[in-house]
Amino acid sequence: MKAVGPVIVAEHLTKRFGDFTAVDDVSFDVYPGEIVGYLGPNGSGKTTTIRMLLGLLQPTAGAARVLGYDSLTEAEALRPHVGYMSQKFALYEELTVRENLAFYGGVYGLNGTMLRRRIESVLELIHLASLAGERAGALAGGWRQRLALAIAILHEPSLLILDEPTSGVDPLARRLFWDLIYDLAEQGKTVLISTHYMDEAEHCTRLGIMYHARLLAMGSPSQLKATRLPGPTWQITVGALLPALDYLKALSGVVDVGLLGNELHAVTCDDRHTATSLAAALHSAGFRDATVVGSAPTLEDVFKLQVAAEQARGEGR
Amino acid sequence: MMNNLNAVSPRIRAADLRKAYGTLQALDALSLTVYEGEAYGLVGPDGAGKSTALRLLAGVLAPDGGEISLMGHDLRQNPVQARAQLGYLSQQFSLYGDLTVAENLQFFGEVRDMSPQRRAERADQLLNFVGLTGVEDRLAGRLSGGMKQKLSLACALIHEPPILLLDEPTGGVDPVARQDFWQLIIRLLSEGLAVVVSTPYMDEAVRCQRVGFLYQGRLLTEGTPQQLIAQFNGSVLELTATPLKRARQVVMTLPGVVDALTFGESLHLFVHDVEETMKQLPPVLAEAGIVLSSLRPIPPTLEDLFISLLDRHNVMSSEVRP
Repeated sequence: MKAVGPVIVAEHLTKRFGDFTAVDDVSFDVYPGEIVGYLGPNGSGKTTTIRMLLGLLQPTAGAARVLGYDSLTEAEALRPHVGYMSQKFALYEELTVRENLAFYGGVYGLNGTMLRRRIESVLELIHLASLAGERAGALAGGWRQRLALAIAILHEPSLLILDEPTSGVDPLARRLFWDLIYDLAEQGKTVLISTHYMDEAEHCTRLGIMYHARLLAMGSPSQLKATRLPGPTWQITVGALLPALDYLKALSGVVDVGLLGNELHAVTCDDRHTATSLAAALHSAGFRDATVVGSAPTLEDVFKLQVAAEQARGEGR
Repeated sequence: MMNNLNAVSPRIRAADLRKAYGTLQALDALSLTVYEGEAYGLVGPDGAGKSTALRLLAGVLAPDGGEISLMGHDLRQNPVQARAQLGYLSQQFSLYGDLTVAENLQFFGEVRDMSPQRRAERADQLLNFVGLTGVEDRLAGRLSGGMKQKLSLACALIHEPPILLLDEPTGGVDPVARQDFWQLIIRLLSEGLAVVVSTPYMDEAVRCQRVGFLYQGRLLTEGTPQQLIAQFNGSVLELTATPLKRARQVVMTLPGVVDALTFGESLHLFVHDVEETMKQLPPVLAEAGIVLSSLRPIPPTLEDLFISLLDRHNVMSSEVRP
C-alpha cells in the first residue's frame, strides 16, 4: 500500500452520460479510520461516484486517488486493497455460505491454509459461523447482506466501499449491520458507505450530502447541524397537523417546517422565536391544543435546508 | 359524524387471508378492516408478507383462502365492482416513460373506462393536487424520482377510488419528496379516503391511525401507534459516553439491561427498571474508565417496539428458511 495521508482523494470528479450529468464537480477526502457516509436519494450520483473511485467508470473530468493509486490508470493495482460491496452483489444461490467464501477467496488469489484461515476468521467476525453450511439462496435479506460483507473483507482490505449495503433490510438487521461496521472501523479499516437513510447518516464520523449530482455539504453530523442550520429547532404537537403546518410555513421567522412522525418539526431563524412565542402564535391562530418544545436538530433538517438552498441557487442561475 | 350506516361500515374488510408460494406460507390468517379516513400501516421485515397482502387486497393475486370485501363488494364474487373501488400503487408501478405526464393520466383514465370529459376534469384537479401543473407536456421518463412518484399517485387516483393501496411508496426517494408525498396522503385521508400503506420507515408508520406488524406472514400485533408503544415491555434509556463501543460492552454485562443498540452518537438501552439501572450504571462505567456524558430516560418509539418484538421472535436464528 502506498498511501500516506488521505485514503481517498476525489478532485472535481464529473461524469456525464450524454446530456445527463450524473456527478457534477465532486471533491472530497477520506482519512484513515473514518466512517464516511455518502448520503443522498436514489439517482443522486452516489453509485456513479463510487464506480469512478474504483476505476470501473472513467470520469468525464476530474480524477481520484484511492490508497495512493490513481483510480483510472492504476485500478488493477488498487483493487486488491479495497473491499467493495456493490448494491447488486452476486451470491451463488446454490452454493453454501462457506462455498461462496471459498469461491470469492479464489478470485482474490487466496488458497490453501491461508484461504481456510481467512474463511474461519470472517465467519466468526460477521457472526456467520452457525450458517456456514446453509445455501446462500436460503438466506433472508439481513444474512445475505452479511455474507456479501464477509466476501468483501475476505482479502483483508484496508478500505471498505459499501454501496447502500442496508437498503431493503429491516430496522433490526440494519442496526446489527452497523454494529459490524463499527467493529471493522475499530480494527483500523476505513469505510466509505452510501445510504439514503438519514438515521444511518447519524452513525458516520463524517458525511457528504449528495443531491442532483452535486455534493452539497460535508462534515460530521454535529458539525453540519451546528453550521448548516440558521437557528433552533422545535417540536410541535398539534391535532390539526396540516393546517398548522401551512400556518407555520407562512409565519415570519420560520425557515422550514415538516412532519416528524405524527408531530411537526420546525427550524426558525436565530432568536426570532421562543417556545412561548411559537405556542402563542399557534394558539391565537386557533390551534388551541398546540404545544411547543425545543428539540434536537436532525440531519433531515440539514438535508432539507441544503436542498432548498441549492434549488434557490439553481433558480438564480 | 357517523350518522349513517355507510360511515361506520368498513371500506376494506379482509378475513383470514392465506397465500402460499410452494412450501413458503407467505401470508397466514391475515384479517384487517380499514375505515373511512383511516390509514392502516403495514410494517415488518423484508419478506414478511407486506407486498403479498397488498396484492391480495388489490385483486392482482388470488388468495388460497379467505375473503376480501371492498366497499361491500366481494372481490371474488364481484371482481369488477370491487376493483373499481381502489387505486393501487405497487412497488413496480410503471408509468409510460415515453408518454407525457398528461398522456399517462389519460391512459390510466381510459383503462378505468372514464368519459373523456370526466377524465380531463379529474386530470386537471389531480395535477393541481400533486403539484405537477405546468409539466403536463414533459415525458414521464424525464421526471425526477419525487415527481414520478407524484404522477404515479395521480394515476392511481384518476377514477376517484374510495380506497388507496400503497406498497412502500417512498422507498429510495429523498426526504423532501417523502415529506411532500405524506402531506398529500394526509390531505386525502382528511377527505375520507381509506388507505393501506406498507413502509419500512417507522416515522411514517407512526402517522397511520392503525399499524399492523407482519412477521413471517402473520400479524404479530396491531393497534394505534400509541397502543403499540404502550405494549413495549420495559423502558428505554439514552446513554452518551466515550468510548461508546466499550460502554456498550460494559452495559451489556448489567443484569437489568436487556439490549443496547447504537443510535448515532449514543446508545439506547432497553432496561427492566429505569431507576435501578440509572443508579447502577455510573459507577460501573467510571470503574471501566468510560466518560459518561449523559444518561436519561426517553420515551420508547415504534422502532424500539418493532425491534423488541423481532428479538422476542428470535429473528436472528429463525431468519433462515428451512
